[in-house]
Amino acid sequence: MKTMRETFGQALVDLARVRNDFVVLDADVAGGTGTHIFREAFPDRFIQCAIAEQNMMSVAAGLSTTGIIPVVTCYAVFASMRALEQARNSIAYPNFHVKIAASHLGLDVGPDGPTHQAIEDMAIYRSIPNFRIVAPADPFELKKALPVVLDTAGPVYLRTGRSPIPDIFDEQVDFELGRGKILREGRDATIIAVGVMVHRALDAADTLKAKEGLLCRVINMSTIKPIDRELIADSALKTGAVVTAEDHTIIGGLGGAVAETIADTIPVPLERVGIRDLFAESGDPADLAIKYGLDSEAVQKAVRKVLKRKKGA
Amino acid sequence: MPHLMKGQFMTDEKRLIQELEGKAAELRKHIVTMNCHAGSGHPGGSLSCVEMITYLFHREINFFAENFQDPDRDRFILSKGHSCLVLYAVLAQKGFFSTEEFKNFRHIDSRLQGHPDRLKTPGVEFNSGSLGQGFSFALGCALGGKRSHRSFRVYVLLGDGELDEGQVWEGMMFGAHHRLDNLAALVDYNKYQSDDLCSRVTALEPLVEKFKAFGWYVMEIDGHSFQEIGHAFDRAKKIKGQPSIILAHTIKGKGISFMENNPRWHGSLAPVGEDRIRALRECGL
Repeated sequence: MKTMRETFGQALVDLARVRNDFVVLDADVAGGTGTHIFREAFPDRFIQCAIAEQNMMSVAAGLSTTGIIPVVTCYAVFASMRALEQARNSIAYPNFHVKIAASHLGLDVGPDGPTHQAIEDMAIYRSIPNFRIVAPADPFELKKALPVVLDTAGPVYLRTGRSPIPDIFDEQVDFELGRGKILREGRDATIIAVGVMVHRALDAADTLKAKEGLLCRVINMSTIKPIDRELIADSALKTGAVVTAEDHTIIGGLGGAVAETIADTIPVPLERVGIRDLFAESGDPADLAIKYGLDSEAVQKAVRKVLKRKKGA
Repeated sequence: MPHLMKGQFMTDEKRLIQELEGKAAELRKHIVTMNCHAGSGHPGGSLSCVEMITYLFHREINFFAENFQDPDRDRFILSKGHSCLVLYAVLAQKGFFSTEEFKNFRHIDSRLQGHPDRLKTPGVEFNSGSLGQGFSFALGCALGGKRSHRSFRVYVLLGDGELDEGQVWEGMMFGAHHRLDNLAALVDYNKYQSDDLCSRVTALEPLVEKFKAFGWYVMEIDGHSFQEIGHAFDRAKKIKGQPSIILAHTIKGKGISFMENNPRWHGSLAPVGEDRIRALRECGL
């Protein structure tokens, strides 16, 4: 298992070897985001912006007007809240070609505690016009997503991550911005997951199949905005029940996006797995996932619950 | 003043200043006209920086309607975006769009937004209005210019009230650390911000010492004197290894007697009734 941050740092290095059109901006957290790997390989393309995230965002906007693609890196709490208004007014509103790559997502942050656990970033960035949100599920997908993010015109918010994640894919995985991907087919319910929750959703689906004979479609929704409306509607129609799973508040993120979409298209029962409108605490990410209902068990429970609400069930 | 031979000095400089005064007077007419059309906007801080904007656009920067998307153009960023009356006025004067558009300022379906919008208005570099951000944006332009080995210069105009923003001081450290000597910042030090005298809102002073302590090359000028503005720009171009900042003492509402040094005319409003007649008369309309 590779950590998402090391993967991100290495992916930047690999890309920098074949293209010279981007630079990396850091706010004194290179060791945390993984960009220290890039700094060592390409010191001239690494711009230290100090612990001054607001200035960093607007500087990135200026840089982007000179033919350079800035990749702004910091923790998601600061990228989505400390410097949010700069991301909105300096980057999104003028529609600049700036990429924000944020690590330290949700309870996966672990022992640093709630100040550093961004549980709101998807909800926040979803609400800002022009931003797209990409959230890969494992190191292989992150590697494939990065060049697509750089080549996508306008502002993109990329969730990188921090901890080791079990490999879901391999080198063959492809990434298309705006498209969710079916990882397991099933007719009883659909589990739509993002980020670290994808491997837990797969585990939940496998367990439900083995122990209870339930067949769940599992979707990796690695673009949160624009959300894949077609796939969500198709899943609602074919399986009649949906569960979302995210290491993020259940308000306004993946769960919110899916709720809005099925309400607009094929209304079916929905259960949202995620953080239930509270601040968590310090602890090992795996322990926190169990305590706050983000583990495979919590996803299984949500599937059973949604099936009770399913029409004709 | 640049480009003057010795001997010629008096007559040429006099002629140049007269020419700039004429442009500045026209900008004040444009500002008052647009402000009255809209019934809102920020006249006080637009009128205070008229001379600096006049000099910048007519003598200093390589920036024209024909080259405004050229990667080598000089950049001007109005960080105090609320003062866009003066920016729209000078862009019209430079032929970016017609003065006919003034009547649409701040109205629906207009290219002239209440604060600058680069996607709507030709010649606007940045969507400023949220204070502090234009300054950091300008630093990013300057850093990008250096990294891409382009020789353009960056000019950014801040308000004095804008200096309350923490982001400005983050940017001050950044600009000095990255030795952005291709950038000159101007502060329109008209002493008033939205609500009151700056000095009563928060203690800004001692500004010269603060800027110096942050590593910038500091000049202090009369922001209504074309000579002093020109000398400061010339000096800024010679400074190597550090960015320059020009603290320009100005009069808020300059040119319209009842607006001068009166925070009421910061914005967002426009003169009505008797005031409108006086304002139009005083700027020569």
